[in-house]
Amino acid sequence: MSAPATRAHLPRSRRRRPMRTLAKHAAAIVASAFALFPLLYVLSAALNPTGTLTGSNELFKSVGLDSFTRLVTSDQYPFLTWFKNSLIIGLTTAALSVFLGALAAYAFSRMRFVGRRPGLLGLVLVQMFPQLLAVVAIFILLTEIGEIFPAIGLNTHAGLISVYLGAALGVNTYLMYGFFNTVPKELDEAAMIDGAGHARVFFTIILRLVTPILAVVALLSFIATFNDFVIASVVLIDADQQTLAVGLYRMVSNPNYADWSAFAAGAVLAAIPVVALFLFLQRYIVGGLTAGAVK
Amino acid sequence: MEHTRSLTALGRSGRIGPLIVKLLMLGVLDSVLVFLALILIGRGDWGILVIVTAAGLAINWVYLSKRALPAKYITPGLVFLAIFQVFVIGYTVYIAFTNYSTGHILNKDQAIESLLSQSQSRVADSHQYPVTVVRDGDAFGFLVTAEDGTAYLGFADQPLAPVDATFEDGTAVAAEGVQSLQYADILANQEAIFDLAVPAGDSAEDGWLRTLDGRSAYEYESSREYDAVADTMTDTTTGVVYTDGGDGAFVAPDGTRILPGWQINVGLDNFERAITEPTIRGPLMYVLVWTFAFAFLSVLLTFALGVALALLLNDPRMRGRKVYRLVMVLPYAFPAFLGALVWSGMFSTSFGFINQVLLGGAAVPWLTDPTMAKIAVLLVNLWLGFPYMFLVATGALQAIPDDILEAARTDGATPWGIFRHVKLPLLMVSMAPILISSFAFNFNNFNVIYLVTGGGPRDTAASIPVGFTDILISLVYKVAFTGQMRDYGLASAFSIIIFVVVAAISIVSFRKTKTLEEMN
Repeated sequence: MSAPATRAHLPRSRRRRPMRTLAKHAAAIVASAFALFPLLYVLSAALNPTGTLTGSNELFKSVGLDSFTRLVTSDQYPFLTWFKNSLIIGLTTAALSVFLGALAAYAFSRMRFVGRRPGLLGLVLVQMFPQLLAVVAIFILLTEIGEIFPAIGLNTHAGLISVYLGAALGVNTYLMYGFFNTVPKELDEAAMIDGAGHARVFFTIILRLVTPILAVVALLSFIATFNDFVIASVVLIDADQQTLAVGLYRMVSNPNYADWSAFAAGAVLAAIPVVALFLFLQRYIVGGLTAGAVK
Repeated sequence: MEHTRSLTALGRSGRIGPLIVKLLMLGVLDSVLVFLALILIGRGDWGILVIVTAAGLAINWVYLSKRALPAKYITPGLVFLAIFQVFVIGYTVYIAFTNYSTGHILNKDQAIESLLSQSQSRVADSHQYPVTVVRDGDAFGFLVTAEDGTAYLGFADQPLAPVDATFEDGTAVAAEGVQSLQYADILANQEAIFDLAVPAGDSAEDGWLRTLDGRSAYEYESSREYDAVADTMTDTTTGVVYTDGGDGAFVAPDGTRILPGWQINVGLDNFERAITEPTIRGPLMYVLVWTFAFAFLSVLLTFALGVALALLLNDPRMRGRKVYRLVMVLPYAFPAFLGALVWSGMFSTSFGFINQVLLGGAAVPWLTDPTMAKIAVLLVNLWLGFPYMFLVATGALQAIPDDILEAARTDGATPWGIFRHVKLPLLMVSMAPILISSFAFNFNNFNVIYLVTGGGPRDTAASIPVGFTDILISLVYKVAFTGQMRDYGLASAFSIIIFVVVAAISIVSFRKTKTLEEMN
């Protein structure tokens, strides 16, 4: 069916080719249409100036940028603020997660200490329990922290980022640990003989050699943060503090009456950076996801 | 490691910069911890104080000692992990054993204070105090002239205190740092001003000052009286005595409760309610069943479509393979929450794209009929999830060695036979861990449920906010954060069910990966 054909089989499959090829393309086209039509629909809705859900049904009937202007100038929805919040929260979380994860992975990969194996096993276990399961406790904990330190309590970006960092070790360390192990130990031993301290080895040698995995982990962490609705919606209360996921949801909580094409415009703008990054780094992400799931 | 440690120490000596940075950061951390400790002492939270002190000492030891090298690298992440991943799970269990909910948020002292300030009535023979309404930012306050002619300033959350003021005809009219309101400003904000009660002292027993016209204020006192010895609350106007009913609120002899109440430990009450109250038990059962069905069907459908497409496009002679692949990966690249929201709009019964265009004006109740709504969320999840399975299956197919397939073909196997007896078993081996983790993920796939249907259509017979497409995690969210009554205790009890299921899945998953390693 699909294996590379050898010479002996080629003539026979050639003979049967036209019908089978046609059927294959037909199936592929149907599947592609299924994958593509919601995306075409949202693009068309974004370019449609009228605004309602019904008005968005005729694809690419009229094309204009009115809904984009309406969206960014809206008094009701601080879209650009949401966008900025999502980027700040996502990028900060990604950078700090990578840093915390890399520090721990360095220790697990390069040092031998009591509790190393249980520690690794514990991290894999912890990873099985996503944070959203404890969303109620997170909400109450942040409320109480906010009474003592308002700067990292409820309704603050710092508080939300701290919560996300709680998942940094569990999700990332094991993934990084495997990659760190592929960097030959002789390199850091040589550096240490030359007088470099452990910190210098970590920052100037190891981190440079593991850049690919750092990029993958940063991207995965950014996408996860960008997509999070549960924790962000509970922690961030004021509209000006919210992220795209929370804000855009509020905007269309009743699609029949919402300014649908302004939402679609927002969706297109929000998706562009993520989709671009994803396609750019697709190969690494898929490799990373598979490795993370298997281990 | 002995060897390297001595070298490390050698290398470090003479470099003073990093040491200073380290000490500075530790200093900042320690001052924050000391500040926190002082507050905890003030509040009497001894348990948390012990934990914070122990953690603080441990961190200092780690970074000042030369022996704890691995801990220096692990601690930063571990602190966040301990608080926001491990502790919160334990805290969830604790909350599940309390009555923490709307009306039971405060502790008992706070609840008493709140009850006393709730019911204010004017003191019959109150002196009439000349008052100037002032504002400080958003907060309104009173500048009051006392009987002895001195000025006092207070706000809703700041009791009256003596202040230096400017007087006009013996009445204080302005004070530094606050803005005196003109008559027009008072009119514009009259609701907020007439609601304002400025406490006369730190305790609710000292009473309040309130104004009815923005010019003069009267003394008010609570019409309730708390008797600390008998632990009773008395309504002085009706004479009814409320006693501590044992369930976190004061109760009258006739059974009326007054709120706010306070938090208490209720033991297994939340679990008991979940199992015995029919209006909760019923929904919980179908939510549980649907959670498993949703996760299982999602994995099955995405796996089936993903593998089928991977087989289809695995033919190197097929033209346009790269384009097909790119298109099929797009839903995965599109942010999932946006995908869910877009689909939710397309499913709208009377205006949506699917009914109006794809089905030519049909009126399929995609989001309002229990069965159709289930199909709708499965369809959305298929769209969101099949590209991932497709990518993984493509990789797994390409890893199958050609000679095995060649051998099967030589033996005369049909394409279906090759798939059924060679490719599928091999795919299952390499993809089993992914199927398990995909099941675990979909078990808690909140976004697809909540952003598409909101868990609805709503089950009106239930006493908690629940709908027919809710899965456990969206039920937890809705019970805790939506609706009139926010029941954190019950929601946490539901969370514990999820913990148990997830733990079971992870045990299965570990066994599976272990067997796989042995196979390799």
